[in-house]
Amino acid sequence: MNTTEPLVLGIESSCDETGVGVVRGTELLTNTVSSSMAEHVRFGGVIPEIASRAHLEAFVPTLRGALEDAGVTLEEIDAIAVTAGPGLSGALMVGVSAAKALAVATGKPLYAINHLVAHVGVGVVGGTFPDGLPENLGALLVSGGHTEILRVGSLADDVELLGSTIDDAAGEAYDKTARILGLGYPGGPAIDRVAREGDPRAIRFPRGLSQPKYLGSAEQPGPHRYDWSFSGVKTAVARSVEQYEAAGLQVPVADIAASFQEAVVDVISAKAVLACTEYGITHLLLGGGVAANRRLRELTGERCAAAGITLTVPAASLCTDNGAMVAALGAQLVMDGAAPSGLGFGTDPGLPVTTVVLPEV
Amino acid sequence: MLLLALDTSAAATVALLRDGAAVGRFGSSDTRSHAAGLAPAVQRVLADAGATGKDLDGIVAGVGPGPFTGLRAGLVTARTLAFVWDVPLHGVMSLDALAYDAAYGGTVPAGTDFLVGTDARRGEVYWALYRAPADPGVLPRLLDGPRVDRAPSLPRGVPLVGRAAGLYPEDLHGPADLASADPDAASLGRVAHLRLLAGEPLLGTEPLYLRESDAQVPGPRKRATA
Ligand SMILES: [Zn+2]
Repeated sequence: MNTTEPLVLGIESSCDETGVGVVRGTELLTNTVSSSMAEHVRFGGVIPEIASRAHLEAFVPTLRGALEDAGVTLEEIDAIAVTAGPGLSGALMVGVSAAKALAVATGKPLYAINHLVAHVGVGVVGGTFPDGLPENLGALLVSGGHTEILRVGSLADDVELLGSTIDDAAGEAYDKTARILGLGYPGGPAIDRVAREGDPRAIRFPRGLSQPKYLGSAEQPGPHRYDWSFSGVKTAVARSVEQYEAAGLQVPVADIAASFQEAVVDVISAKAVLACTEYGITHLLLGGGVAANRRLRELTGERCAAAGITLTVPAASLCTDNGAMVAALGAQLVMDGAAPSGLGFGTDPGLPVTTVVLPEV
Repeated sequence: MLLLALDTSAAATVALLRDGAAVGRFGSSDTRSHAAGLAPAVQRVLADAGATGKDLDGIVAGVGPGPFTGLRAGLVTARTLAFVWDVPLHGVMSLDALAYDAAYGGTVPAGTDFLVGTDARRGEVYWALYRAPADPGVLPRLLDGPRVDRAPSLPRGVPLVGRAAGLYPEDLHGPADLASADPDAASLGRVAHLRLLAGEPLLGTEPLYLRESDAQVPGPRKRATA
């Protein structure tokens, strides 16, 4: 196997995107994605069974498309990588089953990898970090499925979860709030659009887990110093809307959207920068679908700059879930000499970030 | 004719058939480990027979009905193998495998009607009505189904083969030797083999879910302040 510039095919199916990517070392050859997002619109959120059905139908066509787009054959591939978790159980099962079949049919080694670490691994391709991942790196991942702050010492074997949401993911809070405000799905872009017309200081919505008892101090951290909670802000929005309705007043949708977004973005960026400062992180990668959010990028950028942290946001197509990030991390693991996972592993919907690649069982 | 057959509608089973005779077989009753065990089983069954994927004349997949996650694991495996090895891919309704077992084992008399039923969970049964062939060498004829219903609402007075009989003995009755049987890939492969020999069409590999996803379009907003 070529271990200096390995040709790796990556498969992603942890949520509603069926992704197949191919990289050669750190060169991105294709990032082919089929999304079932449109099928979830009428439900106002991702329906796991609908996403799983879509993965089955999309897999072989997406694979075929990726190979054509990359101009490579399966015989030329050095290794296969697949998301084994975290993610939706039934959705992960489709990608993992497909990846194992692909490994059996081609005889290529298979790496079962961590989806969250892959969101960081994507930084090595597509010109995000042209000189490789910087030292003292952190990653803030914000999407419909996750909200995490990570410290990344080495992609292959040193990733630490510093904080995460204890209930809804930030993107989920956007979806639920957009539904309360009648703004449609997905909620992130819808709220961001309406929020431009509103006053972000009109209503003070709660910043979850920001009280001293949760934060503690740098010396004596509280139980949720770098964690988030978004269920409270969503409930506060619902209550606010009801109060306007009960009073027979028109609901100030733009002001509520702007104030909601400000509350979410404020607490995400404040805690991320706090974690970076206290862990000596000087470069922060912002990933996940919500990385496209205008206000999140703006405020996180301002606060990072003030704290001497360099903020980097990959291209939007590399921030949302995709197969290229899985391939990119897979290639890093091959170059690092990591052992493949074999064929006996199972999916792990709650896979911790400390497990970058599953060991052979 | 060398066929690889997979069925994950109930258990996870794999079989390799040469001219209709099973030359390799793998079965796991653990329905939760479908994804973990299926591909290694395919690899082992082929290696044990000294065959490679390129030697296959076709891949046969059980298209259900069956619980969704396991069913998909089998179908995406079959589709991917067929794509990479560039061999023909055929679908067979999974209950046909049990109907074959019942008719060819002589469990149901020639020319009589019988039901096949498997576990659909949630108190329901996947079922179909068949007529056993009068002549040997002919497959049972599907008269009705597949459907998913509660056990008491299945047709009365017709013997049932398959696990549903063991699960709902108050409502469903049938030969004891097949009262806990699930569709098996070896039988599924034989059904496909006979159809191919007879020049009959086989199915595609679209899954027979028989149920919509549980998703509900959200109703009016619930009040946050009760
Ligand atoms: Zn993701």
